[in-house]
This record gives sequence, structure tokens and C-alpha cells, in this order.
Amino acid sequence: MNGVHDMGGMHGFGPIPIEENEPVFHEDWEARALAMTLALAGWRRWNLDRSRYAREALPPESYLSMSYYERWIAALVDLTVENGLLSREELRQGRPSPDAEPSKPPVTADRVREILARGGPTAREAPSTPRFSVGDSVRTRNIHPAGHTRLPRYARDKWGEVVLYHGAHVFADAHAMGEGEQPQHLYTVRFSARDLWGDQASPRDSVHIDLWEPHLNAR
Amino acid sequence: MTGDNHSHDHPHSLLPSDPELRVKTLESLLVEKGLVDPAALETYIQVYSEEVGPMNGARVVARAWSDPEYRQRLLADGTAAIGELGYSGRQGEHLKVVENTPEVHNVVVCTLCSCYPWAVLGLPPAWYKSSAYRARVVREPRAVLREFGLELSDDIEVRVWDSTSEMRYLVLPERPEGSDGLTEEGLAQLVTRDSMIGVSRAVEPGRAGQ
Repeated sequence: MNGVHDMGGMHGFGPIPIEENEPVFHEDWEARALAMTLALAGWRRWNLDRSRYAREALPPESYLSMSYYERWIAALVDLTVENGLLSREELRQGRPSPDAEPSKPPVTADRVREILARGGPTAREAPSTPRFSVGDSVRTRNIHPAGHTRLPRYARDKWGEVVLYHGAHVFADAHAMGEGEQPQHLYTVRFSARDLWGDQASPRDSVHIDLWEPHLNAR
Repeated sequence: MTGDNHSHDHPHSLLPSDPELRVKTLESLLVEKGLVDPAALETYIQVYSEEVGPMNGARVVARAWSDPEYRQRLLADGTAAIGELGYSGRQGEHLKVVENTPEVHNVVVCTLCSCYPWAVLGLPPAWYKSSAYRARVVREPRAVLREFGLELSDDIEVRVWDSTSEMRYLVLPERPEGSDGLTEEGLAQLVTRDSMIGVSRAVEPGRAGQ
């Protein structure tokens, strides 16, 4: 979606807010927001791509006015309702519905480290032979889907060169929308900074972006 | 209201807007309904506060600086070589290491969200997640690096890596001058989080901790 999350190249955000000796969490509630996000993923009602899409789908005004973990918690609440873990009435009341059967959490403390160690690898069997090879010139497609996409706006309809091939991976654009994994070949494409940003960019510089085959056309 | 505007339909607006209160209300609801185990929450927090952080990545870099064969394996297959040191898993499932040299400087970002190699660096700092960094480093990397105190001459090539897939990028910084006699543990002290994101260099010996 063409949302405010797709920030590459935007102006107006000011200097980088660098903080010396920054703590891992600035507030206790941030740590709890992170932990709840990770723990609820254990229900497997949504995937990581879907959670990214839920954050992108926050109203643009809210997205920009919220801090990082405020976005996480807002998107998490939306996902719990969308996927039937909580009801709107329960949120309004702040307690479980009287007729809700208490559940058993899928992630218990003793399993946390094992679950984190396993992670969620996205590499899959290749569905076909890759269409492109390292060194190929490719042009990104000019797409503007209302749903999730990992092709940033600043890199659409641009020439680039394939510099790495990573095998087939879960296709985030489809996975986020509940359309299954649809594995696709994944490449890193190098774009010259001048092709993206014009003459103000250094002729030596480049931006490397991971893109799936459906994002790319041949020369 | 247009069909495009769902702001009032988002369930999160049913909870208090103050973040502390919102999180507290949600947590007690989730715990009471049996959807999360409170002890599991504590464990997640402990892992990312104490166990997983840039010290992991620093060990990887120090090993690469002291063992040329390891460095080769690391650059060829980051996931496998980093796995040798016991680091893998969430947000480190697929790792690619990019090497800084006198000619090439690499810097990592995620313009679309905040993808970051948790397994080797822990959780990202606030500036990495900031709108300013995400918006600017792809368009004007040299100006951004200057704000971090890193001035690069025009003849160095800057490569920005926008983490749009589940590949996670780790920068292998240049080994600093004067670090010849150091052990791997000593070298690891020179490797900062920022040098592994690519917004600074590794620290010169004698200046660590300053």
C-alpha cells in the first residue's frame, strides 16, 4: 500500500535522533508491548508479514504521531480482534466476556528460548528455475497495490542490476494478505543512487534492495 | 466519511490512548483470558534485555578479524558462519554479511519498517526505527553518516542496504589500526553496535569505552 510507512526518500523529518547510551527499552510498557507481540504470535493466527501490514494499515495520522511500540500495540490489538482472540466488547470492558472459556497460552515460559532459537525461516523449495541471474539488468514493476508490498515506492519503475540470488522465499506480498506462502525467487538488486535520486546523489553510491521475482521485469 | 477512512473502526481505539494504560489494560485482559502466560512475557523481556545484543555480533566480527578462513566463510554464507558461534533464530534466520573496505562503505536500513538482525545485534536503537533515518539514509547517506560523526571522502563508494525481505544484513567493519596484538576478546571490545549497522567505524584501541 502507498502508506506513510514507505518513507524512503521523504523530506521533513529533521536530524537523526541519536541518543548516547540508549537503554533497550525507554519505558517498562515498551518491553511488555514487545513481549505480548511475540507471545501472541504463538497462536499462529497471523504471520509476521501480516503484522507488518497491520502496522502499515494504521491511519496515516496515527502512524506518524505514535511512537514505535505504540504502533506495535495498536496493530496487535487490531489483529487480536480481526482473528477472534478478543472481541470489541472485551476491549470496551477491559475484561473477558463472562461466557468466554479461559484458554491455555500456546507459549509457556519454558518454551520461549526454544521458540526464539527456531525463528521463522522463510527459505522454501524453489518452485521453478529462477528467471534472472546475477549480472542481469532488471526493471522494477510500476505497481501500486492497496495491500502489502515490499517493493518501496522510491524503487518502482527503475533499472537495477541483480547482484545476489537468495533462492526461493515466502513471498511477503501474498503472505501478508492471507494468500499463502507462494514462494518466489528472491534477489538483491543494486540501484545506482543517481537513477533513484538524480544528480544530487554521488555517482559512486548505490542502494541495494531485496526483491522477489514478481517485482521484476527483464530488459 | 469516505470508504478509505477506517480510523474509527480500528479496534485499538477502544482501549485507553495513554500507552502505559493501554498496555496495562491489554495485558490484564490477555492474561485473564488465558491468551498469554505472564511468565513467558518476563522471559521474552529477559532474553532481549540481557541475553541477545550487540555483544553477539561483536564476537562474530572479532572472529572474522582474527581468523581469515572464518572471514571467508562468513562472507560466503553468513547464516552458517554465524551459526557456528551459536547465533541464529528469530530475526537472524537468513544473514548476509557485507564487508567494509578502504574503497567501499556499507550501511543498513529498513525503510518500510524496522527489520534488523536481532540474533546478532539485539533490538534496534530508536534512531534506527526513526522516520528521519528511514527516510534519509537511502537518499543522502553521506549527510546521515556525517550526523553520526563519520565523514567519508568522495572516492569511497557507499552502499546502502534496504532490508525489504527476511535477509538480515550485518556490516563487517574494518579492523582498526593498532589492533594487531589483541586477542579475540580484546578485539570484540572495539566493535560497537553502530559499526555493525555501518553508521560508524570500529573503535581504535585505547579509545574503547570512551
